[in-house]
Amino acid sequence: MTLAPEKPRIYEGTRIPSPVPTALRVTPERRQGGDILQVNFGPNHPSTHGVLRLIVDLDGEEVVGLEAVIGYLHTGFEKSMESKTWWKAITYPERIDYLSFQYNELVFVLAIEKLLELETPPRATWMRMLLCELNRIHSHLVWLGTAALELGAISMFWYCFRERDRILDLFELVCGARMHTRYFQAGGLAEDIPPGFFDECAKFVEVMPKAIDEYEGLVDRNQIWLERTKGLGLLSAADAIALGQSGPVLRASGVDWDLRRAEPYLAYDQVDFRVPVYRGGDVYDRYRVRMEEMRESTRIVEQALRRMPDGPWIADDRKVVLPPREELHTSMESLIHHFKIVTEGYRVPEGEVYVAVESARGELGCYVVSDGGPKPWRVKFRAPSFVALEATATCMSDALVADLIAIVGSLDTVMGEVDR
Amino acid sequence: MSDNYNAVPGLAEIRDAYGETTLVVDPARLLDACIHLRDEHGFAFLAEVAATDYLGWAGKGVAGSIGTDTGRDLNRPGSQGFQSLPAPKPKRFSISYHLLALGDRGRAQRVRAQVWLDDGEPAPSVVGVWPTADWHEREAWDLFGIRFEGHPNLTRILMDDDWEGHPLRKDYPIGGEPVRFSEAE
Repeated sequence: MTLAPEKPRIYEGTRIPSPVPTALRVTPERRQGGDILQVNFGPNHPSTHGVLRLIVDLDGEEVVGLEAVIGYLHTGFEKSMESKTWWKAITYPERIDYLSFQYNELVFVLAIEKLLELETPPRATWMRMLLCELNRIHSHLVWLGTAALELGAISMFWYCFRERDRILDLFELVCGARMHTRYFQAGGLAEDIPPGFFDECAKFVEVMPKAIDEYEGLVDRNQIWLERTKGLGLLSAADAIALGQSGPVLRASGVDWDLRRAEPYLAYDQVDFRVPVYRGGDVYDRYRVRMEEMRESTRIVEQALRRMPDGPWIADDRKVVLPPREELHTSMESLIHHFKIVTEGYRVPEGEVYVAVESARGELGCYVVSDGGPKPWRVKFRAPSFVALEATATCMSDALVADLIAIVGSLDTVMGEVDR
Repeated sequence: MSDNYNAVPGLAEIRDAYGETTLVVDPARLLDACIHLRDEHGFAFLAEVAATDYLGWAGKGVAGSIGTDTGRDLNRPGSQGFQSLPAPKPKRFSISYHLLALGDRGRAQRVRAQVWLDDGEPAPSVVGVWPTADWHEREAWDLFGIRFEGHPNLTRILMDDDWEGHPLRKDYPIGGEPVRFSEAE
């Protein structure tokens, strides 16, 4: 006896709407035949993670038309940064994506360092990697908590925020602020790693795998969770690439792609980690990818803790890096350097660079143009959330209105980053 | 560079700087060049479309020198003159298409295709080549006022629909938007 072949979960061909790839339009037959109701979802809706507006056309329960309207949180970060010195502008990127702040800071600092051709000492490199991976866990925890909350699993939210708080405590230990640490400087770190950090971080690394077991225990065999995530919001590998998707969304569609492995930056070529890939391209697989990424990130943090090099935490380049505080009292040169960097800023050689890192949401890029002066001529962020929202229309092709929240949530967008 | 880009249609210049390759392309042949790069070189992934306004580039000193409102000219005699002027740009706007090839064994390859445009000069839309260009081009239109010919839905995306001006242009002032009730004191 042969079993019936399992129905393929992913579609064939393409589902990207045409001619506008980011908007699902009601077909004329539908409009004639059905009773189309246009509903405005957002911009102020608790499950839009910010201020996202979706114009949804409904035929009964079915979503037959959809267009995302963004820009409600546009703050003009890129314009503001053009009028700040390089040194001061580092503060801005963190606030663009307020959930994966370390990555935004990192990508901008890496761009400055690429133009300056500045090498960072190994201790700074490893610490950056450690904090970034902590930040990935933090970002995924917020996603998991809120995505589950939107589907009715309220308790998940409290569990996730319990561990998230421990991560924020670690950031507080490092710099005094729980978010937006501004701990990365061009050349390395702002200060040496504070005493006690490694012990606290080691405690967290011990707790985290058990916590992930708990989260999975809450939802993995929960029939409601499975019904509301499996087979929904489908996105094929070819469509995901054509729509520029990256990060967990791309990996859930079966594309084995991670910038940490494809173009290793920091010390990712020296640590051992797996890249989880799933083939279903649905909401459930995006959830699975993020869960496994949290485990892998914990492993990277553990390795970084064990192998953290000693030595200086910032490059020795007095034209770019602030001199040590204690030298200011005794050295005239140090005082001059300090004064010049703080008031006028350091000069960055002329040129244009594009740097990309794998943030919690995917390829986070930073395109920077310098004219050789102390301020950036142009800063442009390639925001993974912005691109992820372009895929809503494709993912929503055969969705019901009740699935809409699950699907938008699974793309994990942060509106601050979308609108910048 | 291992790849040979000389066969790219409309290629005007190849630049290598900071380990990145820039292909400057004639705007009229941008579509051919993009299709060539996608199909022959495997750049299936468009990371972003980044416009830049070079108005005032190398005009007076360098950007954002502090001191006076107009900036301190570091090229003036007596200014110690250690700052040289940046190299001039061919036209006012550049559009950079950052392309990525998702290579074998997870190795990345990147290239930047670039076109140069004067104010008011349109660029061909690449939405037909990479659907993800849709919002990126709308953003460039919204913030820089660059028109993309053949774009199916070229409307404002970040600013209000009735916004006047294009904020990321260099001649658009910071803090230039009117503030309600600011004069009624």
